[in-house]
Amino acid sequence: MVDLIKRAKELIESSAVKVVIGYENGTGNRTRALFVEKTEDADKLIFDSRCIQNLAAYVTKREVKDKGKMAIAATLPVMRSIIQLASEFQVNDNNLLVLGITPESKLIEFENLVEVETFVHQYQIEIDARNKEMLDRLDNMTKAERWKFWIDELAPCFKCYACRAACPMCYCHRCTVDFNQPQWIPVPSHELGNLEWHIMRAIHLTGRCIDCDACYNACPLYIPINLLTKKMMLDAREHFGGYQPALKGEHLMSTYKPDDKENFIQ
Amino acid sequence: MAEFEPKIVAFVCNWCTYAGADLTGTSRIKYASNVRIVRFPCTGRIDYMLLLKAFDEGADGIIVSGCHPNDCHYTSGNFHARRRWIMFRSLCDFTGIDTERIKFSWVSAAEGAKWADIVNATVASVRELGPYSEYKKVAKYPEREVSHG
Repeated sequence: MVDLIKRAKELIESSAVKVVIGYENGTGNRTRALFVEKTEDADKLIFDSRCIQNLAAYVTKREVKDKGKMAIAATLPVMRSIIQLASEFQVNDNNLLVLGITPESKLIEFENLVEVETFVHQYQIEIDARNKEMLDRLDNMTKAERWKFWIDELAPCFKCYACRAACPMCYCHRCTVDFNQPQWIPVPSHELGNLEWHIMRAIHLTGRCIDCDACYNACPLYIPINLLTKKMMLDAREHFGGYQPALKGEHLMSTYKPDDKENFIQ
Repeated sequence: MAEFEPKIVAFVCNWCTYAGADLTGTSRIKYASNVRIVRFPCTGRIDYMLLLKAFDEGADGIIVSGCHPNDCHYTSGNFHARRRWIMFRSLCDFTGIDTERIKFSWVSAAEGAKWADIVNATVASVRELGPYSEYKKVAKYPEREVSHG
């Protein structure tokens, strides 16, 4: 992407930012994150359909944050993540510049996060047909079938936490799964711990997940863990109204309405 | 084989349901003794992980209960809890955890009789469902001493 390389060079040269986060060619026809700190490195920047990693996962990392102001090549899901992170006070206009890449692969630079938000809100978060079909299939199963489905799907998980590392919303310095007093989640690769870990992950992402599928893409075993967060997103929509990440306003799970509707409390 | 006695764990808030359960006792209302009550400062403190842990440790059913809406000692703890339960319940349902074994209720400090009814109804329905063997089968690791108090 010529525009991106040119802009990255300008930004680094003028010291407007200290690091530009983008994609470069990795091994085996994969792409990986590139941190441009010198102008000559900017030539390695690429952008194509293989660039699906959510780079927003890096903007909360101390190693990157400590370098100074960051610029990030952001696709639509990345921009959504950034808005959510900003609403959680993890990034702000002073430490992040967004170089947006539109769904038409055009580069737009945003002055501030408010502009990013306006841009992001033009697009609804939609679940693609394949996943929708999968969710419908699960909904039509009996409870016992669903239980078997998840126990079987999660069985091979060996808790490498690639899903956590890839997720921009999993930025806690100490995750519940790392606690050992008490040990909330058993460490070994075992059905119980696997189930609890993925339930915990889905709950912690409820109302925050922007459905970028980074967790699923990062999973070395292709476990469809993104179905859990997708389901949570759909249910949150159903119960509490649609949500879009927004700079201002309440977070879905840290707020309430006195007339929240349910049908199971006696 | 001896008749199956369900093991029920109740997570209750200090200000309403715990006091309500106290009232059940002082009113000398008899109710099923299968329930183990765990007292919390507020329903807002009842973490969903605790519910999962109760199943881990061999519970067959769970009761979660607190103050009625608008009656929370801390103003909004039960409202927050309600949102959390709505989402947690739907996630449990999606992963195939038996939501019929988790009963949510509002029991105030004056509702001693209601508490007895809730416990009796839960024990009866869990007795019908039988032991939660699906979860117990999965929870068998790591093997450990479980105190049967």
